[in-house]
Amino acid sequence: MNAVARRRAPMPRLALTWFRLGAWLRSPKPCLALAGYALLLGFWYLSVEVFKLPRFAGMPGLTSVFHEWTSRNPTYGISLYIPVYWVHILVSLRRIGIAFLLATALGVPTGLMLGWSRAFKEYVFPLFEILRPIPILAWVPLAIIMLPGSELPVIYLTFLASFFATALNTMLGVRSIDNSYILAAGCLGASSLQTFRHVIIPGALPFIFTGLQISVGVAWFSLVAAEMVSGQFGLGYLINTSYTSVEYPTIVIAMLTLGIVGYLSSAMVRLAGHWLMAWRVPQLVTDGRR
Amino acid sequence: MSLVSQKQVRRGAIRIEDAVKIYDPEGAHILAVDHCSFAVAPGEICMLLGPSGCGKTSLLNAIAGFHRLDGGAIYLDDEMLCGPGRRAAAIGPDRIVVFQNGALFPWKTALENVAFGPVVQGRLSKPEAFARARQLMADAGLGGHEDAYPGQISSGLRRRVEIVRALLNDPAVLLLDEPYRALDALTRSVMHEALLDTHARTGVTIIFITHDIEEAVFLGHRVVVMTARPCRPKRIFDIDLPRPRDIGIVASKRFRELTAEIAGTLDAEALKSFARGEKEGHAA
Ligand SMILES: Nc1ncnc2c1ncn2[C@@H]1O[C@H](COP(=O)(O)OP(=O)(O)OP(=O)(O)O)[C@@H](O)[C@H]1O
Ligand SMILES: [Mg+2]
Repeated sequence: MNAVARRRAPMPRLALTWFRLGAWLRSPKPCLALAGYALLLGFWYLSVEVFKLPRFAGMPGLTSVFHEWTSRNPTYGISLYIPVYWVHILVSLRRIGIAFLLATALGVPTGLMLGWSRAFKEYVFPLFEILRPIPILAWVPLAIIMLPGSELPVIYLTFLASFFATALNTMLGVRSIDNSYILAAGCLGASSLQTFRHVIIPGALPFIFTGLQISVGVAWFSLVAAEMVSGQFGLGYLINTSYTSVEYPTIVIAMLTLGIVGYLSSAMVRLAGHWLMAWRVPQLVTDGRR
Repeated sequence: MSLVSQKQVRRGAIRIEDAVKIYDPEGAHILAVDHCSFAVAPGEICMLLGPSGCGKTSLLNAIAGFHRLDGGAIYLDDEMLCGPGRRAAAIGPDRIVVFQNGALFPWKTALENVAFGPVVQGRLSKPEAFARARQLMADAGLGGHEDAYPGQISSGLRRRVEIVRALLNDPAVLLLDEPYRALDALTRSVMHEALLDTHARTGVTIIFITHDIEEAVFLGHRVVVMTARPCRPKRIFDIDLPRPRDIGIVASKRFRELTAEIAGTLDAEALKSFARGEKEGHAA
């Protein structure tokens, strides 16, 4: 039966995604984005390699960084052709993946409960409010003392910030739901469990995905911080070791890599959100189609 | 109730006896409903008309079971919904509210919304509920919108879908709290005819809150004009206009007589409410 309903859906999800991609490509946005990138790279190139501005003198230049990055035989040992470069990326990605999934799996239910159950909130929220403002870096020593090995502390630190972002936004999402939806569900005979499933969860979804966007962002932030003090591999570790051994182009390569994988990971979360919330955009799409 | 059509309706009588509702935020003791008594016959369209803030929603919410009464009792077909020993009515599909701003679930398609009640109640299997929903939507002239999300259809259509969603549960009473307030005049008159048509087909009892005198006279078997807060019936008008009604009736002499008479009654209350608002405004 579900299949029938789905087949007849006005805008299947995949079509919707393609439609948006097409609309984006046809809009002036990609050109503007490219112009923005060009501007930044131009500034970098001119300030370091052409005008040689005072404080920029020691900085790796645009051409030397790209030369190094694409070299089969890089001066400082890191480039697209070197397997260790990919190991750093994969290790960071795996840590982000584990920490993000864990934070989502625990943060969403916690947030739903915080928003739904007054009693649960009374117990748990004060604890939240004390723990949340503690900066991730302040947790570093305790995490290292508490958890064995070098992998677990890094994952724990990455998880922590993500968890708070997800749980808090999920809670706000539940609070944001118009009470008349809940009353209407009651009128139609839904039990409170059914209301939770059919109203609370989908109603909070927009906020949950806002939370997940923030969550991946802070996950990368705390991951790099954690990798700089602990761990064997990872992009943060790479930046730190390159700094101590004065391999400046490698630092920039790692930074740019972080930018790219960070962007891709949050784009994936956004895509998942659009996928699950097809109902939120139809207006936009039908308008665009006309 | 001779004015109600001769359809075989014996369900959906509401009787309100000495209802009292007090709001007490920080000891403010706001008396919203005070010893309010009246009865609604099965199959009647009963219009509640009253000045802003007089307590109409408070009364309706007590019938729906959204909050408790502080005195009095409400009966549905001689069964006590709330009263002595039972302060709040159970919320359930025998009395369904249609909200002013609409409460179709935006994350479900129109069809999923309409089928929601019987499915969660376990009364119908999903395929049965969907088939019934499709049928009822078609009967109401809403065919073709089944798979649209509420965000894709006009607000007028949304209101109609919401009423169909209520009707699929075969409620005894529909409780409408200014459902058409946010609509433009043209859409509103389409809604009115659709509602009368629905009522003629189903004979469901309707309690309908409004601010709009013409709406009240056009739709109602009776119009209950409420006093300024605390709310209780000030005067009940029997609307002896013939049915089925269409928009042409608005121009009739009787229609204008009734609206004028009701306006007079209502104005006195609105002035009272306004004067008190002024006073309270100064006190605050
Ligand atoms: N939860 C509440 N707490 C305190 N006072 C309330 C509450 N709800 C309503 N009131 C007050 O009770 C009075 C009646 O409110 P109610 O909403 O029932 O009026 P109404 O007739 O439906 O008004 P309107 O025409 O504006 O919809 C108002 O003065 C309002 O300020
Ligand atoms: Mg009201």
